[in-house]
Amino acid sequence: MAKSRTRDRMKNEINAGSMADIAFLLLIFFLVTTTIVEDKGITVKLPPWSEEEPDITRLKERNVYAVLVNAQNQLLVRGEPMRVRDLKNNAKEFISNPQKRSDLAEKPTKAIISLKNDRGTNYDTYLRVYNELKAAYNELWDELSRRKFGVPYSDDLPLAYRKAIKGEIPFVLSEAEPTNFGEE
Amino acid sequence: MSKFSKKRGKASPEVSTASLPDIIFMLLFFFMVVTVLRDAELKVKVSTPFASELTKLEEKSLVNYVYIGRPVKKYQNLYGTKPRIQLGDKFATVADIPLFLEKHKVKVPEAKRPKITSSLRVDGEVTMGIVQDVKTQLRKSGQLKVNYSAKKDPNVN
Repeated sequence: MAKSRTRDRMKNEINAGSMADIAFLLLIFFLVTTTIVEDKGITVKLPPWSEEEPDITRLKERNVYAVLVNAQNQLLVRGEPMRVRDLKNNAKEFISNPQKRSDLAEKPTKAIISLKNDRGTNYDTYLRVYNELKAAYNELWDELSRRKFGVPYSDDLPLAYRKAIKGEIPFVLSEAEPTNFGEE
Repeated sequence: MSKFSKKRGKASPEVSTASLPDIIFMLLFFFMVVTVLRDAELKVKVSTPFASELTKLEEKSLVNYVYIGRPVKKYQNLYGTKPRIQLGDKFATVADIPLFLEKHKVKVPEAKRPKITSSLRVDGEVTMGIVQDVKTQLRKSGQLKVNYSAKKDPNVN
């Protein structure tokens, strides 16, 4: 009797037919509850904190690209009003200075972007301006990379290449303490 | 001729479904690994602005999030409609940021600590004042790697 029972048991198998259903249920649960958040953005390296204000008056005026954004989200670039969409090309011309004009940067390594906003400036505008300035540099890097190495600029380039490019056109952006005229 | 008739009689045409669970499990594991559970309920409305020069945040465990925006309707009678900071899952002030950063830091292995990035998820309509305060506090706390969260403009190429 006992013998035959064990033999029966060995023959028994767990029915795995519902396994797929269980797995499906779990799968659907995870599909519904999770969100693939795309985490993208403009990466910025902030300067270390120091109590005293950096002194930019020592710099030659021709090397400083001053961008001011007021509380009405208007742009003043080197004393002239400008629209955000013109900013990129203007900045590119300033940095590379292809015609060697005497009022633009001496050379890309000396160019400094100075960005100053108001506490009442919209974050959206601020980021758009920052984005344009970054885009100007990205395009310059790309052009240089194509000229020098024959490949488009990307973060996947070998470090030596990137260093060479950034050595020739360094991204120097100084952010001044914002004014406070228009905060709500 | 005889070939065809022979076959039809024999085989019972059934696809084996025995490997179906394996396939489903594979899919399940894929989704479990790839997706990250959203850890915090958003108490402020955040609609990040559009930008084109985006970089991707690689390692999620090295990122801490600072949300800035107006409180959602549910919390408006308690917290008002002025832009607020949210750290983790609760409202906070600028003064809470150093502790928040420190709490995140201890969870990260020492070698990777210089790579910690703060992701500022800021609503586009917020004014720069509060963002500036957060930035200043981040600088004071030595958290210099910052990512202004933004999304790609679908209307531009």
